[in-house]
Amino acid sequence: MIITALPILIPFVLIVIMIISRSLVFSKITGIIGSLGLLILSVIIFYKIDKQGFLVLNMAGWKSPYGITLVVDFLSGLMLTISSIIVLAISIYAYKSLSLEKGVTKFYVFFFSLIMGVNGAFITGDVFNLYVWFEVMLISSFVLITFGKSKEQLEGGIKYLALNLLGSLFFLAGLGLLYGKTGTLNMAHLADILRNDNQVILMNTSAILFFIAFGIKAAVFPLFFWLPASYHTANITISSLFAGLLTKVGVYAFIRFFTLFFVHDQAFWHQFLLIIAGFTMVIGGMSASIHYDTRKILSFHIISQIGYMIMGLGIYTPLAIAGAIFFTIHNMIAKTNTFIVAGLIYKLKGSFYLKDVGGIIKQNPMLAILFIIPAFALAGVPPISGFFAKFILIKAGIDDGHFVIVILAVLTALLTLYSMIKIWNEAFLKKQPDNEFSGQNTVLSFVDMLPSIILGIMSILMGIFAFKVFDFTMQAADQLIEGTGYINNILNK
Amino acid sequence: MNSIILQIAARHIKALLVLFAIIALLRGHNYPGGGFIGGLLAALSVIYYGFAFNAKQVRDKLKISPTTYIALGLSLVVLSFVPSILNQLELMQGVWLKVQIPILGELKLGTPLLFDIGVFLTVIGVTFLFFFSLTKVE
Repeated sequence: MIITALPILIPFVLIVIMIISRSLVFSKITGIIGSLGLLILSVIIFYKIDKQGFLVLNMAGWKSPYGITLVVDFLSGLMLTISSIIVLAISIYAYKSLSLEKGVTKFYVFFFSLIMGVNGAFITGDVFNLYVWFEVMLISSFVLITFGKSKEQLEGGIKYLALNLLGSLFFLAGLGLLYGKTGTLNMAHLADILRNDNQVILMNTSAILFFIAFGIKAAVFPLFFWLPASYHTANITISSLFAGLLTKVGVYAFIRFFTLFFVHDQAFWHQFLLIIAGFTMVIGGMSASIHYDTRKILSFHIISQIGYMIMGLGIYTPLAIAGAIFFTIHNMIAKTNTFIVAGLIYKLKGSFYLKDVGGIIKQNPMLAILFIIPAFALAGVPPISGFFAKFILIKAGIDDGHFVIVILAVLTALLTLYSMIKIWNEAFLKKQPDNEFSGQNTVLSFVDMLPSIILGIMSILMGIFAFKVFDFTMQAADQLIEGTGYINNILNK
Repeated sequence: MNSIILQIAARHIKALLVLFAIIALLRGHNYPGGGFIGGLLAALSVIYYGFAFNAKQVRDKLKISPTTYIALGLSLVVLSFVPSILNQLELMQGVWLKVQIPILGELKLGTPLLFDIGVFLTVIGVTFLFFFSLTKVE
């Protein structure tokens, strides 16, 4: 069905419009309308998934496993919907925050090509096609990072590009080995072969190459260096977009690959993933606590939170996978929101450094509320989304007897809370120190705060309707672990 | 660069390269070639000219800007999806139109050709953009 391809086609058409567009206002409004369209589309797709389980499209009529297949299952549907919400919030945010820079119409060209890459990665059912979407994402995100053309951004951008290209290289190598061994790159066909084959010992070579590739994308423990080196250099609008989407595509690929077809040698892989998850959490959380640049604190927190998602994958019970998916979608929203609030603090005060700013709670109480929501969500304070995400993961860990990782997860939650309280104390509670930033008197309009309000409401709703969201993530986890539905629907068995 | 041999060669090679690009584009559906290679060859004709003479002059003489090439190419790509959607086929499935031409015989025109032309124009645009950025004309 054509609707399956629309999450790729709509951004593509928008790219063409943005290339032709000469007017800044036109681009901005088209961007918002287009994002709204994408959101409506993904809700429709999700509704269809809820009814029938899978949406499959064989591109150009070539039947699976010969052609490129687009598949939307519960996991893809959830990721599509949440990423569309983020895209909408960012396009509203960009309306105000990108007003004066030159060449801003070009921003939208790469903005939507990034969205096209992200959506493509979520819905493709073919490993090589996934590689192509990763490259689309990489190229557009590199352009976006270096958008302001400053020296700092170029440095960050080149670090980002170099390490991610290395990741792509590993991806390509793993892909080649996989194709050599199985003769197919269609995910359903791969699952069919690898789940029913006992001689899968050779698969570890491919699996570890994929682990490195996705590990670099998702910024897990030994491979995360590019993230704190580059995210804080970009324009804050772009950082917020990246914080919500980029690493999560890596996590998505992890979940997809290590539940659907790399299911061999489970004793080793799950242990390995848990160790990686533990290190990622703790090191991310601890690194965040020593920084005083809001963007750096939040960047390290992205890493720390990735650990929780990998933890769910490492425990590998349906509950744990559901927890990992819940955590991913909650984190996408809350993380983007904290970056947006950091941008608003910058707009209000003119600095990202916590030492320079203060007294926001008196100056703009609304902003304080907007910060509290995602901060509590990230730290896991009930009744906001993060509490339930962490609760599910920790419960799954205790059920399965993984006490070390559970203790680490709880400690990291405290570290997160500590960092959030630090931002709160420094930026909001403490008195404005006497410096060049004290005279700033910018007034934030409603449109400025609207994206943060949207995301904050989403976080709260995900907390209040946690059982409903949990129901969806549980269905996604069941679909992934069971696998036969995926295989049968795509290969038409 | 001011090489008289290069300059004279560039004048003659330009037409040849364009011709060759179009051949590569048209045979691409079933044989080696296609929009990407054709586009590179076509862009090369201009770039070669630019190296032999002056990139700035070439830039001024181009009637269509590189971004317009890209926009036009991408639009054609989008357009090539439309027939398959209208005919209720799977997305991007080829739709062919058979045209009888006297003497020459049957000509098959299809959406894959339209797609290839789109790629052809996009590649030309992107290559121009690279060239003008690297030679710092723009």
